[in-house]
Amino acid sequence: MDDIVILPLDVIGWSVQFWIVLGAAGLLLQRVPRLINDVIFPLSALVSLSLAAAGLWALAVAPGVMVLPLGLPDLPFHLRLDPLSGIFLILLGGASFGVSLYSAGYFKSMAGGTLGLLCLQYHLFLVGMTLVLLADDAYMFMVAWEAMALASYFLVTTDHSIPDIRKAGYLYLLIAHVGAIAILLSFGVMQGGNGIAAYTFDAMRSAHLDPFWSSAAFLLALFGFGAKAGVLPMHVWLPEAHPAAPSPVSALMSGVMLKTAIYGILRVTFDLLDTQLWWWGVLALGLGLLTAVFGVMFAAVQGDMKRLLAYSSIENIGLLLVGIGLTIIFHVYGKDALAALALTATLYHSLNHAMFKSLLFIGTGSILHATGERNMGRLGGLIRRMPWAAALMLVGVLAISGLPPLNGFVSEWLLLQAFLLSPGLPNSYINMLVPVAAAVIALAAALAAYVMVKFYGVIFLGQPREHALEHAHDADIWERIGMGWLALACVVLGLAPVFVVGQLDHVSQMLLGAQLGNAAGNWVFLAPVDTERASYSPLYFLLAVLGVMLLASVLVRHLYHGRVRRSDPWDCGFPAQTARMQDTAEGFGQPIRRIFEPFFKIEREVPSPFDTHPRYHGQSDDRLWYILYLPVKHLTEKLSSLAGMLQHGRIHLYLTYTFVTLVVLLVFV
Amino acid sequence: MQIPYTLQFINLLAALLLLIAFAMLAQRRILSLINLFAWQGALLAVSTFIVAYSTNQHHLYYSAGLTLLLKVLLLPWLLHRLINRLNVRWDVETLINIPTTMLVGIALVIFSFNLAAPISQLAEGITRGLIGIALASVLLSLLMMLTRRKAVSQVVAFLALENGLFFAATSATQGMPLVVELGIALDVLVATFIFGVFFFQIRETFDSLDITHMEKLKDD
Repeated sequence: MDDIVILPLDVIGWSVQFWIVLGAAGLLLQRVPRLINDVIFPLSALVSLSLAAAGLWALAVAPGVMVLPLGLPDLPFHLRLDPLSGIFLILLGGASFGVSLYSAGYFKSMAGGTLGLLCLQYHLFLVGMTLVLLADDAYMFMVAWEAMALASYFLVTTDHSIPDIRKAGYLYLLIAHVGAIAILLSFGVMQGGNGIAAYTFDAMRSAHLDPFWSSAAFLLALFGFGAKAGVLPMHVWLPEAHPAAPSPVSALMSGVMLKTAIYGILRVTFDLLDTQLWWWGVLALGLGLLTAVFGVMFAAVQGDMKRLLAYSSIENIGLLLVGIGLTIIFHVYGKDALAALALTATLYHSLNHAMFKSLLFIGTGSILHATGERNMGRLGGLIRRMPWAAALMLVGVLAISGLPPLNGFVSEWLLLQAFLLSPGLPNSYINMLVPVAAAVIALAAALAAYVMVKFYGVIFLGQPREHALEHAHDADIWERIGMGWLALACVVLGLAPVFVVGQLDHVSQMLLGAQLGNAAGNWVFLAPVDTERASYSPLYFLLAVLGVMLLASVLVRHLYHGRVRRSDPWDCGFPAQTARMQDTAEGFGQPIRRIFEPFFKIEREVPSPFDTHPRYHGQSDDRLWYILYLPVKHLTEKLSSLAGMLQHGRIHLYLTYTFVTLVVLLVFV
Repeated sequence: MQIPYTLQFINLLAALLLLIAFAMLAQRRILSLINLFAWQGALLAVSTFIVAYSTNQHHLYYSAGLTLLLKVLLLPWLLHRLINRLNVRWDVETLINIPTTMLVGIALVIFSFNLAAPISQLAEGITRGLIGIALASVLLSLLMMLTRRKAVSQVVAFLALENGLFFAATSATQGMPLVVELGIALDVLVATFIFGVFFFQIRETFDSLDITHMEKLKDD
């Protein structure tokens, strides 16, 4: 009976192969775009689902290992599936299931040739991300990492006829490669000069590095993965690349790809390095806080809906980094139960962010298709034209704002619990830092809610600001299913925290040797660490909310007198009112812009009161771009032009270079 | 100690090789250049044959035969055909005048003998002391590539460079594995074909084989 044993890793192997086949089929079928939309993308979604199932399965069983007969001679690829990979595979599978279903509807209007290429790159992107999560040696990891970066670069530049998109893609590729070099160097440090045989993660795990080299490896990894995740100050590509990419791609990049960077940081810090130092945690915590506040601040002043979401992703990555920093601090000081709490919060928030950010990004895709407009200043009142998209996105907006009983609340609550429950650590500086950090987190969370009110309010509520919006059509059936799945995931992750935390405990056990568990001991209440301190039951909360709503509606029905009088609202004595007089995205973000003015580089063009055709223009730029990036750019250009002086276009001169080099080397060697 | 005849003979051939290298450096006509190249190939074949005989390595016989076939017969024939087709039998224009080139060449020979002296101490067998000559002929070919203006003579220089390398390999270190030699021979042949294609392309584009025209391709 038991001669054939199927392991989760086998399922994933088949899934990856099937994805590659689907991608290639997309390329071959570019003459029949209907088939790509109606068959390939839904099939791809099923593969995602199997991947997520395999990930869930892998949490409970012993880690699976596989050596592929691919790669260079004597350097085979190693694969390993452990709970940490499992969690991120669930994230990847779950989010890409919704996004792939959505893609089946979204790409309907795309021309066949472009669609075929896009289909191939989309699947290669998915495969690359999967293999990053499975890689068990530095070589495989880098190959998968670069495959992911390149595939996503081509996806970002799908509309490569537009110069701005090419520019955004270039910036993305540049930063991705700088990061990849840092990651490669980090692996090199961890390999510790032990020769080519030490390139597997197993060898790195058993190697013992002294604190200096461990720190070097950690810093390089933090820089390299941070560049991919969009951690300050390597965040500049994110708000450029996300709006440039087609919406499902933005969803995957923001929801899943950024998380592979988080995965990388966790993998290197807790799995591959055998010692951690307390100041790593402080550094990660500080960077995370800066990133979170910076991201949400800039999100508040954006007028482009996809840029807004991109900045919001930066904020969420900041929160995740805060969680990682906290985990390191607790782990170093031996408070492993608290470390498990912080790690659980981090992983939980990764899952949540993957779901609601993907949902919001594909939602903006539907709006973009319906209206052709990304600028929120030209949208408005879409809740009547697009009821489905509006309802489903409302779930995402509530979730990302961290409102109970949805999922965003649970993870942010867990993170704050980790802060609040932190007892006296032996380091007094950190003890002083922790309350401040908790306050900053609270600020970021509140501002995030503010940003989402703006996002949803300006797009969906009020009156349409343009006449063209009258013809906006709702999301089609595939798009609804895709968004519906992600909204459902947000609700389920919010309502079943006890189950989710139980699953995440496998990872804590593996990385920290401690579990969070559930102090409440039942499935209704979630109580990290101690029931006396804090516990939370989303189900009761939901019931209470529903009860209050029911009661209110019953009361209104019974007490309402039934007399209706319709009249115009008070018009401030100015009768000529148009839809453009509503509060705009600009106006809504204005208080934030005022409060945090020193952080922005603001360019404004305010018309004079006597101008008959007034034009207003306002732009808030990133100061870091001018402080950090432009000097580097100028230096690079200078060096390049110096190097360019060598180039004359004369073959004889080039040959002379060769000749002189040869002779000089012969003399000296 | 009596020096074996074979070694004396190889030394003679080496000297001739160097002489031909200088002759090529001084040669103005492309037709003669190709003939000199063929002679160089013949010398190479003979020296390989002698090394094979004296060290009793059978695969070097094949190698000698291959050299004869490829470098004495096939490649010169191809180049002849090429210059007839392209109609470029006229004088070679040099960038630096020939006496100066010769002086630089002499300096290069002294340099390479100096350089090869410590290496020759390490070498064993009948052929020590030839490394200097081989290196000198490689550098001289490179110099020729530098100073010629026309694409055809540069290719001949490239092939002569390969001859020098081959001489270093067979005479100084008693030959490479046959597989490697076959590979190199094939590479040279393929390179010649590709160069031939390029000649036509260059002439189509610039109406001339003068590679100084290619400066126009520079990106400003």
